[in-house]
Amino acid sequence: MHVVIGLEVHVQLLTRTKLFCGCSTEFGLPPNTATCPVCCGLPGTLPVMNEHAFQLAMKAALALHCSIARYTKWDRKNYFYPDLPKNYQISQYDLPFSNEGWLDIETSAGPKKVGILRAHLEEDAGKMLHDEAGAGGDSLVDLNRTGTPLLEIVSHPEMETAEQARAYLEKIRELLRGIEVSDCEMQEGSLRCDANVNVHVPQVDGTFVATPIVEIKNLNSIRNVERAIAHEIDRQLNELKENVGKEWRIDESKTSVFGDRKVRRLEFKNKDGAWVPVSKTTAGFDDRFGRTEIQRRKEEASDYRYFPDPDLVPAIVSEEQIARVKGKLGELPEHQLARLRSQYGLSEYDADILVRNGRPFVGFFEAATEVCGDAKEAANWATNDVLSLLKARNETVVEFPITGHKLGEFLAEIKKRKLNKQRAREVFAEMLESGSHAVAAIGKLGIQSVADEGQLLEMVQRAIASNAKAVADFKKGKVKAADAIKGFVMRETKGQADTEVLQRLVLEELAKAP
Amino acid sequence: MIQLTAHELRRLQETGQANAESIARAFLDAVRRHDGQVKAFLHLDEDEVLRQAKAIDAKRAAKQPLGPLAGIPVAIKDVLCVQGQPATCGSKILQNFRPPYDATVVAKLREADAVLFGSTNMDEFAMGSSTENSAYQTTRNPWNLDCVPGGSSGGSAAAVAACEVPLSLGTDTGGSVRQPASLCGIVGMKPTYGRVSRYGLIAYGSSLDQVGPFARDVGDVALLLESIAGHDPRDSTSGPRPSVAYSQTVDQPLKPLTIGVAKEYFAEGLDPEVEKAVRTAIDVYKSLGATIKDVTLPHSRFAVATYYLVATAEASSNLARYDGVHFGHRAADYRGLRDMHCKSRGEGFGTEVKRRIMLGAYALSSGYVDAYYLKALKVRRLIKNDFDQAFADCDVILGPTSPTPAFRVGEKSADPLAMYLSDIYTISANLAGIPGISVPCGFSSSGLPLGLQLLAAPYEEEKLLRVARMYEQATEWRRRRPPLVAKDA
Repeated sequence: MHVVIGLEVHVQLLTRTKLFCGCSTEFGLPPNTATCPVCCGLPGTLPVMNEHAFQLAMKAALALHCSIARYTKWDRKNYFYPDLPKNYQISQYDLPFSNEGWLDIETSAGPKKVGILRAHLEEDAGKMLHDEAGAGGDSLVDLNRTGTPLLEIVSHPEMETAEQARAYLEKIRELLRGIEVSDCEMQEGSLRCDANVNVHVPQVDGTFVATPIVEIKNLNSIRNVERAIAHEIDRQLNELKENVGKEWRIDESKTSVFGDRKVRRLEFKNKDGAWVPVSKTTAGFDDRFGRTEIQRRKEEASDYRYFPDPDLVPAIVSEEQIARVKGKLGELPEHQLARLRSQYGLSEYDADILVRNGRPFVGFFEAATEVCGDAKEAANWATNDVLSLLKARNETVVEFPITGHKLGEFLAEIKKRKLNKQRAREVFAEMLESGSHAVAAIGKLGIQSVADEGQLLEMVQRAIASNAKAVADFKKGKVKAADAIKGFVMRETKGQADTEVLQRLVLEELAKAP
Repeated sequence: MIQLTAHELRRLQETGQANAESIARAFLDAVRRHDGQVKAFLHLDEDEVLRQAKAIDAKRAAKQPLGPLAGIPVAIKDVLCVQGQPATCGSKILQNFRPPYDATVVAKLREADAVLFGSTNMDEFAMGSSTENSAYQTTRNPWNLDCVPGGSSGGSAAAVAACEVPLSLGTDTGGSVRQPASLCGIVGMKPTYGRVSRYGLIAYGSSLDQVGPFARDVGDVALLLESIAGHDPRDSTSGPRPSVAYSQTVDQPLKPLTIGVAKEYFAEGLDPEVEKAVRTAIDVYKSLGATIKDVTLPHSRFAVATYYLVATAEASSNLARYDGVHFGHRAADYRGLRDMHCKSRGEGFGTEVKRRIMLGAYALSSGYVDAYYLKALKVRRLIKNDFDQAFADCDVILGPTSPTPAFRVGEKSADPLAMYLSDIYTISANLAGIPGISVPCGFSSSGLPLGLQLLAAPYEEEKLLRVARMYEQATEWRRRRPPLVAKDA
């Protein structure tokens, strides 16, 4: 048996404004506030293409090794739905701006190259808010998302396991974050995925029966993509077993070729009594039960009546433009990962976390390392403390008050002063709070680590001289007695003695004591 | 005063013999007297007109700089958006639509200190050639109230012809400015596609639609065109060129001048009186020193068929948004979304609009799109090539605007095909994207005006206006007024 999976991935591009008007693309604004006559599709309005969106889309396509069309145009996809106020979507039909690329993925079975059929630009639709109580109340429409630039990346049907689909999505996310084309947040809908799945089941004559393709729509997490595909494979196999010889029959009259396989289709008897192919259908995924749920099979495919949008002019792309975008592409994530490992001696694990969090995050790490000279420590702080703070504060690294440079200064300072982790975190918290540099934060907290050996030695000697009992206990083998000496010095220094130095001095001096 | 041109009204204000308010009042009076019969206006807010006029007078009194159309009333076809004012497109489906923004041409009229003088009747969504397809009223031809004014911009044409306003704007998708100008005995122009912004023009056939000026002489058309033309960053299909001061050059005759005459424009169905008037106009040009040259437009016989595929295909998509959800009329009773769509559209659209939506949806549908829509695009290219070749040999192409003078109300309403053929000579210019102008060139034996059409290569409006002005200056047709206006004076 062979599983055949193709993915259609939609990513929202990181533009400040929408694809055909000047409205904000910010996520989470109050409903219908990021709208204007153009994205509301008001009669008389016209779209004007956002150049920046086109550049970002080209950047993504180049990173996916796609070829860029020199001539591309906009088409209208006509269908009636209330989240689309014009009742057509501006998209690209027969001349997308990019074609034929690939993505390298890693799975437990080894590396694999997944072909990409095309990537095209289109406008996003709005959001429908239905009566959740199911009481038949009116549905509401939020048009904030309408017109947000969407890049649709269509893979070839070349993936064979749910794991490969997951790896493909993770790789796309890492790549597009890395080149700063999209933030790829599935929860916020800036990365969405539809999966086309079917199964080729071997027959005794060496041919395969292809189950009807099911398109699982609107998968909202990578985990759910994997779950949905796994469930759908089982469901299709069961459906096949139940239906063949009853509702369905195998079309024995012809085969089509899929790779090195000869494939036969399934047919069913339509209402006129004729045997016709079982059509492709769509399914939703029920998160709670982990089940794909088939929507009704239609006898006819929808007709979107595509035609060139007369309100927009075709885009002519020059060699210079492509070269310019290529120049801005910078280091691709796979190259960056290798470099971080070789240049800084990072573990694959650390390098991977840095790269996954995008280029500004890698820049943050590199700035810190440059200042403090300790890549391992910089990577530790970046991937642990900083990442969890970013998450808690719901910030990007660019918005984070502590820059890479400041982190570097901080790391250098705690190393110099030999501050323990506990103390270091207090300093870091103070820097975050006040926005100050490490030295200022340390000053403000009154941390003046007494590491001067002469000064400490003098205090240790004084403590030993005035604490004969502790010395005697220590000599009798009560190691804990040393604490009394340390406690004395800590009191003298108001807790700011360098613990490592103090520990060493106390032991040395106790050993010397008569 | 109402018979004066915009140029003359401007002079009266400059010399203090009139002000914007007195001009506005004179035209409001004219509307009151005649529009009960002509029915050109759909919406006219007298207070708003007077408010604008007084504001212009105040500006003049304060010696502030004034625009070229200061104090001149301009009526607007009801397909153009004026912020806060109704824009019905002559359709019930947009009965309550008040756009929250100004069309670019409207913003430009405001910048030119024009007085926006109400909105005029039209065929629903600009689909028609007689203004009978309006959901609200049937506009009458001021020369004969039993006849149509032409269409689809019939209200704008009739208002200017009846001296209810000196200037107006229409839109021309297949002849909707030139044909009613011809039938109403005034001047009307369709600029090059891209010369005037379409932002705020409620779309019918987006690749064909163009805003165009109406006036009672060519000089005024030049003045109005220069105020509305130019690149608009809100319209990607508008050309990159800035506007040109057409009114500064319009009085210079074009010499040498070669006029192309295409035999295809004197085809079967051409009314003999129209043909005679046009042939006489050719003689006038000859007497002015023009060289007459035969040109050929072999694909023009496919123009009407091509147009009714391209325009309707685009319309089927452009008009999809009127579904009762976001815009337009919503049916009172419905069960579910689909029923709401069907009932709202069923109730809101008129017969001709429904016919064209169905035609267009069919032309685009899977299995037919190659044979109809895509084939039409190819023929459209051939029609454009014909013009490119013809204009290599001549400055302008001359012919009739409409095959007949104004027809009677109701005469063609039962026969859509006969109605479609009244645009047979104007449609090619839209398909090719070239500019065209209609100028009065005589009267039929029954006293109905006849029109002459001149076409030029893309962006040759300056040349076109100068050539049209030469004819106008050599003839007296523009001085005649319809009986109801003459009686008035």
